[in-house]
Amino acid sequence: MIEVTGLSVRFGGVTPLDDMNVSFAEGTCGLIGPNGAGKTTFFNVLSGFVRPVAGTVRAFDQDLLGMAHFRRARWGLRRTFQTEQAIEQLSVFDNVAMVHEHSKVGAASRRKDVLDAISFVGLDLDPQLRVGTLGAGERRLVEVARAVVGRPRVVLLDEPAAGLPDQETERMGEVIRQIPEHTGALTILVDHDMGLVSSCCEKTAVLDFGKLIASGPTAEVLRDERVIRAYLGTESVL
Amino acid sequence: MSAAGVETADTTTQPPSSPGGFDTRTLVRPAVIAALLLFVVLALPSILSTYYVDAMIQVAIWSIVALGLGLLVGRVGLVSLGQAAVLALGAWVAARILFATSLPYPLVLLAAGLITMVLGTLVGLPALRLSGLYLALITLMLAGAITVVLATTNFPNGGHGFLGYNGSAVHIPQIRRPSIANTDTAFLRYSVIVAALMFLLVLAHVRTRPGRAWAAIRQSESAALAAGINTTLYKLWAFALASFVTGVAGGLLAGSSRYLYSYDFTTQESITLLAVVLMGGIFSLWGAIIAGLLLQLLPQLLNSWGVSPDWLTILFGIGVLQVLLTAPAGLVDQVPKDLARLGRLLRGLARRVAPAGGRSP
Ligand SMILES: Nc1ncnc2c1ncn2[C@@H]1O[C@H](COP(=O)(O)OP(=O)(O)O)[C@@H](O)[C@H]1O
Ligand SMILES: [Mg+2]
Repeated sequence: MIEVTGLSVRFGGVTPLDDMNVSFAEGTCGLIGPNGAGKTTFFNVLSGFVRPVAGTVRAFDQDLLGMAHFRRARWGLRRTFQTEQAIEQLSVFDNVAMVHEHSKVGAASRRKDVLDAISFVGLDLDPQLRVGTLGAGERRLVEVARAVVGRPRVVLLDEPAAGLPDQETERMGEVIRQIPEHTGALTILVDHDMGLVSSCCEKTAVLDFGKLIASGPTAEVLRDERVIRAYLGTESVL
Repeated sequence: MSAAGVETADTTTQPPSSPGGFDTRTLVRPAVIAALLLFVVLALPSILSTYYVDAMIQVAIWSIVALGLGLLVGRVGLVSLGQAAVLALGAWVAARILFATSLPYPLVLLAAGLITMVLGTLVGLPALRLSGLYLALITLMLAGAITVVLATTNFPNGGHGFLGYNGSAVHIPQIRRPSIANTDTAFLRYSVIVAALMFLLVLAHVRTRPGRAWAAIRQSESAALAAGINTTLYKLWAFALASFVTGVAGGLLAGSSRYLYSYDFTTQESITLLAVVLMGGIFSLWGAIIAGLLLQLLPQLLNSWGVSPDWLTILFGIGVLQVLLTAPAGLVDQVPKDLARLGRLLRGLARRVAPAGGRSP
């Protein structure tokens, strides 16, 4: 359970988050909105890269904003980035093991946990392969494996399927749908692919110009007048 | 481009191996390295002339320095232009301890390494806030400051007081060497073994948790933070490790030259060092050895052929350009590729020359 109250972020004259109030209960929740709506900024607040000017974030009854950014991973926060961040110089195994060794879980089960995470995302390859040699879809899956290893509590996925062909987006969707059950983590999915969001998320929140304009069951939200208008205001159409 | 070098499990060309399973390469590689090391320690010093024994001692020392800088630049992405000054610090500290105490040499090296580690980490502090060009400039300026301070304090020469320098000394005592390594050949053996230990130390870091953390930081600091890596700690750790090995190298330098006052640590040297480290290859520990050879053996070779070492400045300049433009992994990566290409070319030629129906290769 993540409860966000009165969250505002300002960069000079821009207000990418404006008095945002929302809660994400459990399972996989969607967070959508046109480009520049503030979705990534919201994730950056949760990660600790951006300091809000006002507001609180409570995650499982803990004040998330009071924690040093690198400690949040140990607490159980995981995320992927809009631009791909799997470490090219390292093997698939080391990429995932690295997250595990900075988590709360001990070293004893590391090997097994890492291989589990790799097979959970459906990567059927030699774990010693260097990530730099993989294709885009596989690298994205490595990032997801990094996000689910070491008992996460919250998994943030920032456009995990951006730029992937339909077939690989489908594959990604299947993995995302299983994250809450497999790990017990609350998952928040940001994506522009409405098909992916509807198939993964029971509930969805919508941001527009930093303001929360709708939230609730995904199907209802996508029919909401204001949401359709927000999207029609930009070039992309639902 | 391969990430690697000593630990190149060049996964692009290697057939997939089951994790933890043995393939022959995992055994062949250490065996080749051990044989090479034995040759350099046992045979090489006795076949070289005094001139080249001296040169090779310097190669061993500067390979360690290059190892430290390669770690910073190649693994973590921190460009430091202060490493020659850190070496000078290590040499100063070692000389001071050698004159003041009768501690066994390995302990002196350890102490010089540890004290230099503390001082060198201070040089690295700006890295917590700066990167790229700004970091390079700051470390260059700090190095300049260290050089100026050392020029006024001088290197210890057996005098008293904290600085251990006696300006009016008539008879200047030598800096002592390990009792088992008093001759130049023995000191070369000693230096190579110490260098090998430093390479092992760095390898042990690069292959494990800190190495993975550094790779993450090099690629993206925010992604590293999101993975739970305390980037401040690991950056300082990199500077500490690089300074430690450089301090140990300083200890060897003190023993090798015996009179440090004649040794000039210029900031120019730090810049040339970065150039050869880039040329040798920053993603591989072998690159550090190549850098040591370029920096200390090549000038002596040119000298004995009667070529002015001034040409080296130009050569290194061109070398760095070539690395930056076409071969970012340096000579250690480029030369085997070029040799393979040459091999294919020669085989192709041989096939064409061979009569039709001849045995195909
Ligand atoms: N570090 C920053 N400095 C200044 N403005 C920023 C910064 N990060 C984001 N913004 C601005 O904040 C707004 C929201 O951006 P972002 O959160 O990336 O949107 P989204 O992920 O929903 O597409 C945009 O107008 C963007 O230009
Ligand atoms: Mg975004």
